[in-house]
Amino acid sequence: MQAAMNTKRNLVTAALVAPAAAWLCVFLVLPFIAMLVFAFGERAPEGGYQAAFTFAQFANLPTRAAAFWNTLVLAPAGALLCLLVAYPVAYYLAVKANPRYRLILVSLVVVPFWTSLLVRTYAWMYILGSRGIPNLLAMIGIEDVRMLNTPGAVLLGIVYGYLPLMIMPIYVSLEKLDRRLLEASADLGAKPVSTFFGVTLPLSLPGVMTGVALVTILLLGEYLIPQLLGGGKVFFIGNALVDLFLQSRNWPFGSAIAVTLVAVVVVVLMVAMRIAWKVAGTRQVDLV
Amino acid sequence: MRAFISAVYLFLYAPIALVVLFSFNAGRSASEFTGFSTAWYGKALGNTFLVSALQNSLMIAFTSAALAAVFGTMAALGMERLGTRTRAIFDALFAAAIVVPGVVIGIATLVALVAVFSFINPALATLWPGDQPPQLGLGYGSIIAAHGLFSMALVTMIVKARIASLGRDIVEASSDLYATPLTTFRLIVLPQILPSILAGFLLAFTFSFDDFIIAFFVAGSKTTLPIYVFASIRRGVTPEINAIATLVLVASLLLILTARVLMREKKSKSGE
Repeated sequence: MQAAMNTKRNLVTAALVAPAAAWLCVFLVLPFIAMLVFAFGERAPEGGYQAAFTFAQFANLPTRAAAFWNTLVLAPAGALLCLLVAYPVAYYLAVKANPRYRLILVSLVVVPFWTSLLVRTYAWMYILGSRGIPNLLAMIGIEDVRMLNTPGAVLLGIVYGYLPLMIMPIYVSLEKLDRRLLEASADLGAKPVSTFFGVTLPLSLPGVMTGVALVTILLLGEYLIPQLLGGGKVFFIGNALVDLFLQSRNWPFGSAIAVTLVAVVVVVLMVAMRIAWKVAGTRQVDLV
Repeated sequence: MRAFISAVYLFLYAPIALVVLFSFNAGRSASEFTGFSTAWYGKALGNTFLVSALQNSLMIAFTSAALAAVFGTMAALGMERLGTRTRAIFDALFAAAIVVPGVVIGIATLVALVAVFSFINPALATLWPGDQPPQLGLGYGSIIAAHGLFSMALVTMIVKARIASLGRDIVEASSDLYATPLTTFRLIVLPQILPSILAGFLLAFTFSFDDFIIAFFVAGSKTTLPIYVFASIRRGVTPEINAIATLVLVASLLLILTARVLMREKKSKSGE
């Protein structure tokens, strides 16, 4: 009787998770295996893939060093810039803002994150393009300013696109902060500045870590922002990948780069988790 | 401090506002507002390529989000009942589906599907009784599959968080009163997790509707709205794109706001 009930229970459980399990196997695990196999293969003469076992693709990685360099410099730089802008906002929302308006103000931060990144990046193309700010500058006599297709434009696009994602985890960690700690610190004679650096900042570090890690990881695979605002001059790994797959059709080399990108993401994730562990227990982040 | 915060909100919204404003510009100029007009909307909606791309996007977003809502919810319910180790594997795979960059998901799916098709299509050709065997290829199906992966992970994450905050006692009370598990699910569990399922569906829909990079790789010859917009941006900035962009913005705005209201309701009900 008990055994029969257990079997039935197990069957129900299996039926519940089966579709998702199948999906994960066919559209996540299998593609990863395929990509790994391709990465050790050769490019067929007409493009695409030809079976082989060679490390040639990985040996070729240095030819795309510029893409890796740009990504590995601009992604963390963009994340840190984001942090500089995001922290005061998160602090204001969690500590200073009038509770009555807090919800609306937080919503106003989250909403842009869920609207099309393509459209939001396009908006900056529009503003920085020759008919935007440079055009206005020309009217007051400052001629020939180029803003689009520079590293600065890409950084601006990054901060714009990922600011909400940086604000949220910091806001969550600051919101959970026990106000009595701040009062205690003040009662013990600490100046606001030393309370901030001695109490508030250390306690919000998990949120800071989560934000920096999330944004850096997403930026490592960014394509649209460098494509639209960097105009082929400031390209990321993502741009090299699109070029290799859809233009020159060198699939094995592209796969090798993609595999390397995943490895970089894993390393960043592990480092971030290691630091987060040291700083404090990880906390759950509300992304929505 | 106040000034800085205001500046950040301005920074977040001014560019969007500018696009919306110039979508109503009568002239072609991008820097001079010459008069109010909805002509560009008419032009955009009269563009058959654009309208069919929009229809494709809506169909793909709806299908992948619906699949994700059903299978993701089932997975969230099922994972509760799994052993620790199996559950950890699921957690890791779902986390991977969310964390792995879209560009890699797109490439991996493309490579795998092309490899699988190169096996299946010749086999189909020999086995097919008629003259014209069906050819499997990239298209709507592959976009739905790839979007479904991320969306399923998203829905599972949201619904699981909701289940974790549910009171066990009410479920136990229900079974003590001789309700069958199915009745308990229908009357007790489902009503409580329904808002989070809907929110998951809407977020999944928004994700799919806005995604460019994954679809770019696996769309084959099909066009979605973001692919169309991207291609037109490359041809040059026109007021027509501003009109399309505004429509996209309004659509995702409505979706995300509804999702937030649903999630909010859940939070206030559970007294958080």
